[in-house]
Amino acid sequence: MLDTVLSPFRHIGHLTVNAIWRLGFACRFLFAVLMASGQCLTRFGLVIREIYFAGVLSLIIIIVSGLFVGMVLGLQGYNTLARFGSSDALGALVALSLLRELGPVLAALLFASRSGSAMTAEIGLMKATEQLDAMGVMAVDPLARVVAPRFWAGVLSMPVLAALFNVMGILGGYLVGVVMIGLDSGTYWSQMNNSVDLHFDVVNGLIKSLVFGVAVTLIAVFEGYDATPTAAGVSSATTRTVVTSALVILALDFILTAFMF
Amino acid sequence: MSSDPFIEFRNVSFAYSGRPILKNINLRIPRGKLVAIMGGSGSGKTTLLSLISGQNRAQHGQVIVDGRDVGQMKSRELYEHRRRMGMLFQFGALFTDLSVFENVAFPLREHTRLPESMLRDLVLLKLNAVGLRGTQELMPAELSGGMSRRVALARAIALDPQLMLYDEPFTGLDPISLGVISLLIRRLNQALGTTAVMVTHDVHKSLDIVDHVYFVANGEIVAEGTPEQVRASDLPWVHQFVYGEADGPVHFAYPASTTLVDDLNLGDENHA
Repeated sequence: MLDTVLSPFRHIGHLTVNAIWRLGFACRFLFAVLMASGQCLTRFGLVIREIYFAGVLSLIIIIVSGLFVGMVLGLQGYNTLARFGSSDALGALVALSLLRELGPVLAALLFASRSGSAMTAEIGLMKATEQLDAMGVMAVDPLARVVAPRFWAGVLSMPVLAALFNVMGILGGYLVGVVMIGLDSGTYWSQMNNSVDLHFDVVNGLIKSLVFGVAVTLIAVFEGYDATPTAAGVSSATTRTVVTSALVILALDFILTAFMF
Repeated sequence: MSSDPFIEFRNVSFAYSGRPILKNINLRIPRGKLVAIMGGSGSGKTTLLSLISGQNRAQHGQVIVDGRDVGQMKSRELYEHRRRMGMLFQFGALFTDLSVFENVAFPLREHTRLPESMLRDLVLLKLNAVGLRGTQELMPAELSGGMSRRVALARAIALDPQLMLYDEPFTGLDPISLGVISLLIRRLNQALGTTAVMVTHDVHKSLDIVDHVYFVANGEIVAEGTPEQVRASDLPWVHQFVYGEADGPVHFAYPASTTLVDDLNLGDENHA
């Protein structure tokens, strides 16, 4: 009887202890990756190659999503602002929404789904097919050869992708607000120019995307490296990467916003 | 076996999460010999290899390779030890994002600063040694199982190792590929003078090529000898293993804690 009553609490306790244990393990893993990152400088070609896979191949989804998000912002923003007779402020609304929040957050979510999951699956499969063991036995550190280049490629790609997302979003807002609805082009740009502050809005947005880049890529490479070396293990690690990344991005966004703005 | 062991296990014990895998193992592998370690699945054979390569460390006892205790090596020393060693994995473990050429060139690129022309020549020589010159542009996905194993062998010998470890090299191969791989293993051992340890449960092919055999069961060495001694052995365990008998010292049935009558509730029906 007592066991039945205590069982849910025991389960919650087990989940909490497990989550804290994994967090600690991920921190140790990050430290080990950073220690192994020196070799990335001597083999920068590997980082460039991973930037191609993680960053360049994500361009399509980032560009298209950014454009549509900007267009939706333009439509929704215009409808709302017109009610208060402030439709001229559309440029400012689109730019601030994107630079401060939507650009970094949505680009990071898309990056986690597109590149983070791919990193986890690739490293997990390398583990399952003994490629990481083979590397270790050949006296090559898998952290330096496989993990660190992917980590830095993700960290470097993320701010650039977020910036591109913002540019495409602003362009999408312009297409809807100016080309489709007929707002004045000069007003759209000048309102944006007057309200956006380089440090407060642009740099803070970039810092956010950099933090998201570290978090998402760390989760992706950690889950891949820690995956159970079976088909089911790699599959669940890939799912964990996307789910954990999404939750961590949103939680970090709240914390960063509270401190920055 | 003769003195001057290249590898020596002294009272080695090893356990995973408290579950004993190896118990007080003592064995000696002389320099330049090809030695097989045989035993059923889960008997601890592959763990023996991982102790030699330093992937795992013995919890008790010493694993001495070329006069040095692998368990006491620091990270840098362990990498030095591994540079003098080659390993053929069960399914090759080729890097799937690299071509055959780049797979074989991998250890050379990582550990040497050879000019590209010399590196190319060495890779072609290694591929020629395993009979696969001409496949250098192919990707691993385009190779058969036997070819993958041979490319992996070329990669393992790229740095002319002093020690070769083979983890189940014959698993899943057709008879021709099996013959080719076993011939290559023997030929490489003779040509390079490499000490080699082969973990396998393919009895007949292994007995044709090895110098000495150790049998492992339940984490212990239960028998050893030359191939001739093994074939002639009347030890029940060796006899069962060599001739593939379904029952013997290794039982056919899993030692279930309940009886079949209990599991099928036949006793209850009788009472009813």
